[in-house]
Amino acid sequence: MPKFEPVLLANIGKPDSYTLKVYEAGGGYGALRKVLAEMTPVALIDFIKSSNLRGRGGAGFPTGLKWSFLPKDHPGPIYMCINADESEPGTFNNRLLMEDDPHQVIEGTILSCFATRATTAYIYLRYEYPTSLERLQSAIDECYAAGYLGKNILGSDFSLDIYLHRGAAAYICGEETGLIESLEGKRAWPRIKPPFPAVEGVFRKPTVVNNIETVSCVTQIVNRGVEWFKSIGVPSDPKNPRDPGSYGPKLYCISGHVNTPGCYEAPLGITCRELIEEYGGGVWKGRKGKAAIPGGISMGLLTEAEFDTPLDFAGPGRVGCLGLGTAAVVVMDETTSMIDFLHNSCRFFAHESCGQCTPCREGTAWSLSMMDRIKAGKGRLKDLELLLEIGDSIGIMPGTTICGLADGAAWPIKNAIRKFRGEFEEYIKRTNPTGYQVTDAVSALPILALH
Amino acid sequence: MAIVIIDGKEVELAPGERLNGIQAAARVGVDIPHYCWHPGLSVVASCRMCLVETGTRNAETGAITMLPKLVPACQTPATDNTVFVTNSEKVEKSRAMVEEDLLIDHPIDCPICDKAGECNLQDYHFKYGQEQRRADVRPFTSRRREMGETVTLFVDRCVMCTRCVRFTREISGTSELFVINRGSHEEIDVFPGHPLANKMSGNVVDLCPVGALGDKDFLYQQRVWFMKKHAGVCAGCSTGCSIDVEENLDTVYRLKPRANPDVNGWWMCDEGRYGFHHVHSDRRLTNVERRDGESLTLLEWSQVVGEIDERFTKAGRPAALLSPHLTVEEAYLLARYIRSLDAEALIALGPVPVVGEDETFKNGFTIRAEKCPNRRGVEEVVKHFMGRVANLDDLLAAIDTGKVGALWASGGYKHEWIDAATAERLATVDVLVVQDMFASPLLERATYRLPGAAFAERAGSYVNHADRLQSFSWAIRPPAGVRVESGVYWELLQREGLVKPRRVMEEIAAEIPFFAAAAQPVGPLGVDLKAAATAPATV
Repeated sequence: MPKFEPVLLANIGKPDSYTLKVYEAGGGYGALRKVLAEMTPVALIDFIKSSNLRGRGGAGFPTGLKWSFLPKDHPGPIYMCINADESEPGTFNNRLLMEDDPHQVIEGTILSCFATRATTAYIYLRYEYPTSLERLQSAIDECYAAGYLGKNILGSDFSLDIYLHRGAAAYICGEETGLIESLEGKRAWPRIKPPFPAVEGVFRKPTVVNNIETVSCVTQIVNRGVEWFKSIGVPSDPKNPRDPGSYGPKLYCISGHVNTPGCYEAPLGITCRELIEEYGGGVWKGRKGKAAIPGGISMGLLTEAEFDTPLDFAGPGRVGCLGLGTAAVVVMDETTSMIDFLHNSCRFFAHESCGQCTPCREGTAWSLSMMDRIKAGKGRLKDLELLLEIGDSIGIMPGTTICGLADGAAWPIKNAIRKFRGEFEEYIKRTNPTGYQVTDAVSALPILALH
Repeated sequence: MAIVIIDGKEVELAPGERLNGIQAAARVGVDIPHYCWHPGLSVVASCRMCLVETGTRNAETGAITMLPKLVPACQTPATDNTVFVTNSEKVEKSRAMVEEDLLIDHPIDCPICDKAGECNLQDYHFKYGQEQRRADVRPFTSRRREMGETVTLFVDRCVMCTRCVRFTREISGTSELFVINRGSHEEIDVFPGHPLANKMSGNVVDLCPVGALGDKDFLYQQRVWFMKKHAGVCAGCSTGCSIDVEENLDTVYRLKPRANPDVNGWWMCDEGRYGFHHVHSDRRLTNVERRDGESLTLLEWSQVVGEIDERFTKAGRPAALLSPHLTVEEAYLLARYIRSLDAEALIALGPVPVVGEDETFKNGFTIRAEKCPNRRGVEEVVKHFMGRVANLDDLLAAIDTGKVGALWASGGYKHEWIDAATAERLATVDVLVVQDMFASPLLERATYRLPGAAFAERAGSYVNHADRLQSFSWAIRPPAGVRVESGVYWELLQREGLVKPRRVMEEIAAEIPFFAAAAQPVGPLGVDLKAAATAPATV
């Protein structure tokens, strides 16, 4: 079993771990007292900057740097948004933190607000997490009663209000500016940048959007120090001065065809195989692995041969995946059909595309209609070319969309077809022996009731 | 001085000028296709048709560094040393992909679509699209959804540029339209019980780059390629929006706003837009008639002008009532004629129709209560001849005291403009000439009934509420039997040849200081007379 001593998950499993009493008994809110007594906001930003903490939400942007983009001496309000719209398929680490250790999250939120001088924080919570809603709200209430929130926290001149906002269940609300739009009561269509949220965010005021796990890390870095944090993980590449490295513990979610699925804390840089073997209990039913999603479905696919890829911020990118993402590993065993996988992925993104940018709106729907047809035994080899063309042309990387949802839709397509092309071709030829070579436009399948 | 490089061509921008890539490219004649961007609306950069390559030129070394990815030209500011490449293979491929994407769900029902011929989707497809359909062939669907009294939506033709949604939010401020559903299921809709019902609703049809929003007034009336556009000025109110009158074979089919930043921006109101149908009303007067007691005699235009001239000379003490629907040139010519008979003759401004109050929309666009196009212009003509703005009351007073022997009253109003009692008082003169479009109590009592022109038939100049003079030429010929006022007055003045409004305006500009700024040919956006009118006073 794992040799790594969990930090972020230290409280998980204790009885009533979500109450203030239990959290305080374990030294909870010590970090807050320490910061309020000893540090200025600028010092806290520098402290976090020196830890090289990178955002845990998916993009891995350095947190301290993000905070420092806020305008200096801004006269009006600055807002903190905590992104708890955890909707990347396979991901549930935020849920665990919010349900079983909400105070760690809140302490991190308070610290982050102190650093950024925000006096209002919004926690944007995914609709489908009713327990999180309940526990976070009761934790917030406890904090107000105990003086950790509200006016003049612990007698200092720092005041903070936290509002819990429940979303209405849309994947796009997890995108930073989509979240902001949704929070403002609008349709969650991601905004064009610039202006970036640090300049103009919620209610057109400077805003920082951080992930639940990121702010929890802030709590732990303040508690245990930068040295501790940097002793874990993968150091930055000395040849690349701009590489912030992958330091610290990370919550990995492992699910799919493994024996013990769950959320486990491990140092960044653990390989996919180690994760499956040591934490996931190996591939189930004595079968062999075939592929795995490295960090949420939008990151693409690892083949079994690529399982030794370290799951740090740079690792999955080296084997053609989009990145680490949310570090949610979904394992597929040898019996899994990649056609099913890609169909499922296309269905998800066609359903969740916000519909703002043409290439994503139409591209995701088009890829789904092709996958529907392929799955129904009417596939053509040409469809694979078309799918790849769509995959290569949508997203912020080629510049054809506003947000990264399309990149997330593109990567599974690109990885699945490029890494498992033989299987796709074999399936198409087998199921459509008379028509697989057709290149002219064919009739669409009757539109299935998919949504 | 900022220099922008577009496809290798340099464009110099004026100091302080803020343009995006699309606007800068247009300066060198490079057309960057776009759907969602519109100069009058906020930027959303969502259609992705205007994607281009961009980079910067190092001012010192001249070296150009390009960005690896495509950017939307609408969202990219054209600043000093910005480089745009709009014709690379990468750009063309991306345009083809967007066109292909937009056509996946499109019904491609161009043969029955009103927009065909002026449709961006159609034009861009031929210019930038794929030659063959690669997406699966879908069953044809074309759903129609009513947006309100004026506008209808062909749901499946929509490309989701959201221009119409932004218009109702940003310009009219009424927010009726919105997007329902998500992803490729998105559609434009209104809330139940809250239709698109604002006085600027017709603009969403102009904004629609495809055939999705249809104007019910124009629907299936005429193919756009048969129509000719004539730059005109709306006669609906004293805002005087710049418009295009679109006609075929002397029938006006629709009015469209013509962009004019100094007057109406890109918009016009529904009142103006749909307020042209009286032009083709079957109630239009077309007969020239003389009344002798109860009997009416049909005359020819060739007889009547000389006859009226004789009767006016004989009656003496002439006067004229100048309608605010006349052009400046017409008002001036009629006043000139009346004054040529009697140097002291009374020249009065006709009734100025006012309905309700001015209505201002979110972006500042205003529908004026004053429902005539040229009160200011006619006023200044009257002032020039009378020294003050004489009006109907002055005229009535003069008639009641027997100071008027012959009266020329010009109409041209769309609605009833004079009551029977006033008409009775005016009709006490010896000779009464009324030139109008429709029957009125005054016309009934006139000695000579002359059919007059509608706005689309006139040529000349209007001065709007803000003293901006706009000149225009006629769009259609008047119905048989009708003569445009300016020609009649020209003949009365016994001047040579045909009337040319531009020549008349030059004469006016030389004579009346208020119009001095119109001495030079007036551009399509008009000219502000205010400065010229105040200048002599300060000298």
